Amino acid sequence: MRALDVIPVLDALCPMHMVLSGTGHVTHAGATLCKLRPMQDLQNARFLELFEVQRPRGLTTMEDLRRVAGTRMHLQFRDTPKTGFKGILVPWQDGAVVNLSFGISILDAVRDYALTNADFAATDMTVEMLYLVEAKSAAMEASRKLNQRLQAARVAAEEQAYTDTLTGLKNRRALDHVLNRLGESGAPFALMHLDLDFFKSVNDTLGHAAGDRVLQKVARYLVDETREQDTVARVGGDEFVIVLPGLTDPARIESIARRIIDRLEKPIPFQGKMCRISCSIGTTRSDLYRRPDMARMMGDADVALYVSKRQGRARHTIYEPSPADTPPDPRPALQAAQK
Amino acid sequence: MHGLMNRAIECFVRDAYGDDRWADVARIAQLGFDGFEAMLRYETSLTWRVLDAITDVLGKPRNDVLEDIGTYLVSHPKTEALRRLLRFGGVDFVDFLHSLDDLPERARLAVDDLDLPRLELRDLSSNSFSLTVHADFAGFGHVMVGVLRAMADDYGALVMLDHSGDAGPIEVISIVLVETAYAEGRSFHLGAGAG
Repeated sequence: MRALDVIPVLDALCPMHMVLSGTGHVTHAGATLCKLRPMQDLQNARFLELFEVQRPRGLTTMEDLRRVAGTRMHLQFRDTPKTGFKGILVPWQDGAVVNLSFGISILDAVRDYALTNADFAATDMTVEMLYLVEAKSAAMEASRKLNQRLQAARVAAEEQAYTDTLTGLKNRRALDHVLNRLGESGAPFALMHLDLDFFKSVNDTLGHAAGDRVLQKVARYLVDETREQDTVARVGGDEFVIVLPGLTDPARIESIARRIIDRLEKPIPFQGKMCRISCSIGTTRSDLYRRPDMARMMGDADVALYVSKRQGRARHTIYEPSPADTPPDPRPALQAAQK
Repeated sequence: MHGLMNRAIECFVRDAYGDDRWADVARIAQLGFDGFEAMLRYETSLTWRVLDAITDVLGKPRNDVLEDIGTYLVSHPKTEALRRLLRFGGVDFVDFLHSLDDLPERARLAVDDLDLPRLELRDLSSNSFSLTVHADFAGFGHVMVGVLRAMADDYGALVMLDHSGDAGPIEVISIVLVETAYAEGRSFHLGAGAG
């Protein structure tokens, strides 16, 4: 078969082919290749001067090229735009035929050269690939937007949540809610503020995982040692508040606090090590106030807690109003009964 | 019904008639939420309720609404991505018509749980065709009439379209191509939407 006979076939099937002479010069190029570089630039230029063959390496002569016939080549234009190609070379007469395709550089190439469907062989999957790239980008964008909205909804839900995620106890938001409800009802209750002792050293010496484990155990103990109707909330890193409705008797409050302290002083095992903590508690009672103000009661429980800490930890203190404070209302029970 | 379809219906009302009209539709259809999520699935009955509500709110027959939705999908600036995806189907309008058989497969390549109705193109002569729509969702043929009308415009072709009327789950659209290059058409560059 003569060279001329095969060229129309190559033109129809491989719009990115080149015919090389025995000296490695381009004698003919397919239509799409001519769109990338004008024919006068291609014609009679040396193939290896037009293209840098990156793999296989070290090809410098036509003999080198013919030797790698049949293996996949990676190459790019030496001048800009330095479009990358995949290519394959087949010896032909005393020269060769090289066929190229864009490979992964296709997205840049269609833009750099304004390629159209007509620039690709009818059997080429490139246009399908471009379709897929766009279709997937559009679908991804829709999914990304959905994820963003879900994330925003999650943040909003967490802000509105009543549960502390680490311990499963109520959080501060829930506590405020409970206290407001109690305040409105006028029912008597005790407010216990509890702060762990030596928790920081557990965190520092055994790590945060141990710390988290301790907090979870403490949460369990607090729930165990209180009644169904009591509210146990985690209000800070190692701070808890317990609300005990219907309970104002100092002796009973003291016994509950004592039980909690004793329970928390039992070492908590974590990965073969023992975590030792304790706790200090300050309590105030609603019957100490003419009209229980939640912020003030929290503050007073905190004062009592501070007294416990100062006395050497593992203590419980019930708040004592100083004589300067408003004296207790003598008729709190009567008030509650009238409601 | 896939969220993409529901979302398309919603966007059509919002973009063509305004958010207030969509709020009316959502209320009448008792959606219980503001809008559809494109990547979730919904009960098909919900889609029917929405279409009924749109028919009420716009005071238009349902088939006209469906055709308008089809036109909107191709011609509105906000749906440019979809127009481009359809234009990948062919270099001219006839080429595009022949790509319709593959449309459900193409859609599944992009979104694997998106089930489009099976489409079947028959060449009756060099310039007349029929498109058979096998839809679970009766009325999809009217959406396709809108899509075809807008795509013909996009390619610059002049066509006459006729929906055979609602006949069960199979709808037939007859297509007569009057002129392939009637107008300029809109441009389409392969690389314009990538990356």
